[in-house]
Amino acid sequence: LIPLIVGERIKKPVPLQEQTVKDAKGRYQRFHGAFTGGFSAGYFNTVGTKEGWTPSAFVSSRQKRAGRTILGPEDFMDEEDLSEFGIAPKDITTTDDFASKAKDRIKEKARQIAGVVAPIPGTTAFDDLIGPSKITVGVELLRKMGWKEGQGIGPRVKRKPRRQKPDPAVKIYGCALPPGLSEGSEDEEDEYQPENVTFAPKDVIPVDLTPKENVHGLGYKGLDPSQALFGASGREHLNLFTGASEETNNLLGELRHSKGRKLGITGQAFGVGALEEEDDDIYATDTLSKYDTVLKDEEPGDGLYGWTAPKQYKSKKRSEREFKYIGKILAGFSLASKSSAPIKVYPPPSLPRNYRPVHYFHPVLAAGNENSHLQKVLEESAGKLQSAPAPQSRHALSAAQRREQLGETELKGPAPSILEYLSEKDRERLKEVRQASEQQMKAKAECEQPPKSRLPPLPSEDSAHKWQVLLEGQLANAGSSDFKPFAKNPEKQKRYESFVKSLKQGEKGDALERFLDPALPAWERGREREEFCRAAAFYRASSSALASRFTRARYEDDVDKVEVPRDQENDIDDKETAVKMKMFGKLTRDTFEWHPDKLLCKRFNVRDPYPDSSVVGLPKVKRDKYSVFNFLTVSEPTTSVTQATKEKIQESNSLNKPRKSSRWDVSDKEKEKKDSISEFISLARSKADVQQQPPVPAGEECAAGTAETLPTEGADEDKNQEEESTRPPMDLFKAIFVSSSDEKSSSSEEESDEEQQPATSEREAETTKPADVPDSSSSNLQEGVTATMDSGISSLPASKQALDDPEEFGPKLPPAFSSGRFCKQLDRKEKHRKIRERHKSKKEHKHKKEKKKKHKKQKSKGKHKNKKSEKDSSSDTADSSDSLSEVDASGLSPKELLRR
Amino acid sequence: DGNYCLTCGSDKTLKLWNPHKGTALRTYQGHGYEVLDAAGSSDNSQICSGGADKAVALWDVTTGQVVRKYRGHAGKVNCVQFNEEATVIVSGSIDSTVRCWDCRSRRPDPIQVLDEAKDGISSVKLSAHEILTGSVDGRVRRYDLRSGQLFSDYIGSPITSVCFSKDGQCVLAASLDSTLRLLDKDTGELLGEYTGHRSTTYRLDCVLNEQDTHVGCASEDGHVYFWDLVEGSLALSLPVGQGVVQSLAFHPRLPCLLVATQGQVTLWREDTFQPE
Repeated sequence: LIPLIVGERIKKPVPLQEQTVKDAKGRYQRFHGAFTGGFSAGYFNTVGTKEGWTPSAFVSSRQKRAGRTILGPEDFMDEEDLSEFGIAPKDITTTDDFASKAKDRIKEKARQIAGVVAPIPGTTAFDDLIGPSKITVGVELLRKMGWKEGQGIGPRVKRKPRRQKPDPAVKIYGCALPPGLSEGSEDEEDEYQPENVTFAPKDVIPVDLTPKENVHGLGYKGLDPSQALFGASGREHLNLFTGASEETNNLLGELRHSKGRKLGITGQAFGVGALEEEDDDIYATDTLSKYDTVLKDEEPGDGLYGWTAPKQYKSKKRSEREFKYIGKILAGFSLASKSSAPIKVYPPPSLPRNYRPVHYFHPVLAAGNENSHLQKVLEESAGKLQSAPAPQSRHALSAAQRREQLGETELKGPAPSILEYLSEKDRERLKEVRQASEQQMKAKAECEQPPKSRLPPLPSEDSAHKWQVLLEGQLANAGSSDFKPFAKNPEKQKRYESFVKSLKQGEKGDALERFLDPALPAWERGREREEFCRAAAFYRASSSALASRFTRARYEDDVDKVEVPRDQENDIDDKETAVKMKMFGKLTRDTFEWHPDKLLCKRFNVRDPYPDSSVVGLPKVKRDKYSVFNFLTVSEPTTSVTQATKEKIQESNSLNKPRKSSRWDVSDKEKEKKDSISEFISLARSKADVQQQPPVPAGEECAAGTAETLPTEGADEDKNQEEESTRPPMDLFKAIFVSSSDEKSSSSEEESDEEQQPATSEREAETTKPADVPDSSSSNLQEGVTATMDSGISSLPASKQALDDPEEFGPKLPPAFSSGRFCKQLDRKEKHRKIRERHKSKKEHKHKKEKKKKHKKQKSKGKHKNKKSEKDSSSDTADSSDSLSEVDASGLSPKELLRR
Repeated sequence: DGNYCLTCGSDKTLKLWNPHKGTALRTYQGHGYEVLDAAGSSDNSQICSGGADKAVALWDVTTGQVVRKYRGHAGKVNCVQFNEEATVIVSGSIDSTVRCWDCRSRRPDPIQVLDEAKDGISSVKLSAHEILTGSVDGRVRRYDLRSGQLFSDYIGSPITSVCFSKDGQCVLAASLDSTLRLLDKDTGELLGEYTGHRSTTYRLDCVLNEQDTHVGCASEDGHVYFWDLVEGSLALSLPVGQGVVQSLAFHPRLPCLLVATQGQVTLWREDTFQPE
């Protein structure tokens, strides 16, 4: 520390990271380890250099392996460490070894013995490197008295020369001792010693007092690694010592002569005895090369047996086949001369071709009034299935037509309208409310854009008139009438065409009515008319919007392109003909602008033809990646087909039959297409028909836009269930989600509208909240639904409350729809929407996920329920309505999101 | 350059041969699956190869090591080519893309992906500033880097092989309807049509000889057919072997033809040629 100079002002304390210590050369001094100061100096935690640690030399292992450098501890030490005051000073200092000139041999010997005993022999040898042994005074005195190291102390003795000849009877194992080291040679010298010569007494081995601190057995000594590792060279000693174990004492006594030698292993606790001659180098490390690494044919027959197989097999002359898995035959057994008869395998009975592995029950229906029709339908369809008629014609029939064919009376099921359930007073009130709200709506529609088609319109006279007015203008520019929305129902199509024609001519009101099927009841007629109107509108919208953009897909691969190249390679048909006519050239040649990558040009030594373009490849027309249009191209030609399939599905649903999954797949696909279409319709309408237009209910639109089946109760329910069970693939989801945001940005008109919408809806949600069902505030949709679902009419007050709302949740009870359930459904729909919108602003994102999840869930659930609910047909309301509520969520969600 | 010959095969290796002496010079191992095509650089220092392991490998000729491996194709790599300076490898794959890989930088991704083809690429050839691709969708596409244009010629049946003529004015395309067509490069007009061989299933090569006088094509009946370029008449059919003649290559300068069939490569020269 710098001593403080008196009078000087105390400086600010230096922060820790700036407190640096430098060494003599001005470099940053590093401290060492925890014991010498901690690692904190120099560049903070960067191994002392600005750049930090870098590997000294990186050598790619691909080319050659980096040479394994053996690093000593010095390599990791700093040079300061090696200096005089470091951890490991390298300076030469005089050691006591040299001071004393002689080593203490006794100690050395003791150490040697200890070294044998010690687990790591040789470690003791380092002892005298580190701590030089000191020669005591006694030793020095002894030396002066003539004692030599290695001799015993005491009076000299006359020793009888000992012959150490190997006993001829005893076999000597192993090699003979190396001549220079063998004690025999010394003993031979002893033989010729004169009698009077005395010897110094044998050196006394200091008693080994090392305590037994291991858990080995008594007398056990660890494996000498030098022998174990260096195999053969050490084994000579091993053999020698163990073979002549009776001489151990002597050997130990004369250890001094074989000082250079290390004592070997004397224990017997090894797996291989010393006497086993043929055992080859057991301690040798075995390498991978000793093993088979390649699968190949070995000696014939050899590979068939495991390596543990007996050796006798070779001598035997049995056929290989018999021996394959037997190996050695047990005594007393012999191989059978003839093989047993092969076990006969009976094939499973072949299934009849039309067998279905699921049993289904013919529904035992109560012969109730409301079920009779369904039963009829079932019987009819079942009978038809057996006789297998042309399915198209059957499916093409609507329920009403079928009923007519069968000579049935009209359904006496639930009343066609919910209004019938109401008391006279309520009806009065409803009417009032409706009219009021309608006027309100009209007023609103005039001042601003029509709200998104969210609510069911009343197919009342005035709305129909509106349709007509609207359509008249549109149809004027509608071209050829090859658009056949009801192609599957020729009667209806005919009706529709005449309807359109008359519309074009400008007929109104009741004049149009005559084109409708007189056989149908009034409410159906009304419905049909609206359908026609809608179809006409759709035709106009879609034909103008689509026809300009798309041609019929000739090749599928042209369709699913996400980014549509600006220059499509044009018609292949023409080219084919050209090729056939061998008119190559202009006809078969397409030339595009193509932008090579800049780097590619550079590499090819070519000037970039488009130096200022950032495009690479063919210039593309940017389109929404997951645009609805991309899907529409697929679906366009199939619009007319959807109805048929839908009807088919409905038929099949009413058949109470386990459906094959394939059929559902089809319906899925169809559904997806339909969805996208209805998507598009709503979109196109909102764009095109910005004039007043009654909002169209989403759910109804779905049904009305493409399908025209007259909703009997069963069919209606089935349809709903079908909706629920279908789940558009992820692509479509993406398309909807992505495009919705894209659409927003693209059309500012819509945007403003959309911005308004959630705000109003939220406000409304707030206002209706207290009046609503008490538990609607709960975020749990399911709960809210089930609570309102106790009875069909219990939901009515809620709906009445909703009637008061100006536009969003207007009093759009669909009178045309016969079933009370549909009303319920709509109510629930509204509620769902409210609930959802309440949480929308916060967890829009979450909702999406949720919905996806829900969809997934519903798919399985819905299927399951379909079967179930159909088994006990329409009686099970709780179940089906439960699923219906989910339908609402699923059926609406894409549209909902689109509108956001 | 006519001195060496590269073979590649389903044993996952490439072999470099001296076809004139018939000696195998080197084997290159490192592909994970069959090697479908290989090409040498103009200075004979590098080899590129593409295989069924969807990778394009760049080899060092002398060391036999893989210098670089480009992964990115989604399917088998059918054909590889170096550009003139061996700075770019162009590979065509069954995934209907042609990818241009940079040999100079360490970039793992291609310089450019030419994904205009609607089906697998069967053949790729390069000139100084053009990339010629033949695709199974029946089109011959020529990407002209200099003018920045893509010319797409519709042939009709799947293209098995394309090649430039030596003068660079024509494009020869072999297709699976057993026809070779010689197209004018600039206008796309048909200059000649050569039939007589059989090519319906395999990806067979077609060549032009060293002076652009004849058109050669491998055939599935074990012959190599040669037509006169101008007249379009069959000039020669070489019976090479029993099976399909898979590949053939013409010497750039000498009248010397390499034919690969059924696991063996044979070298054909004119009758007057005296082997040393």
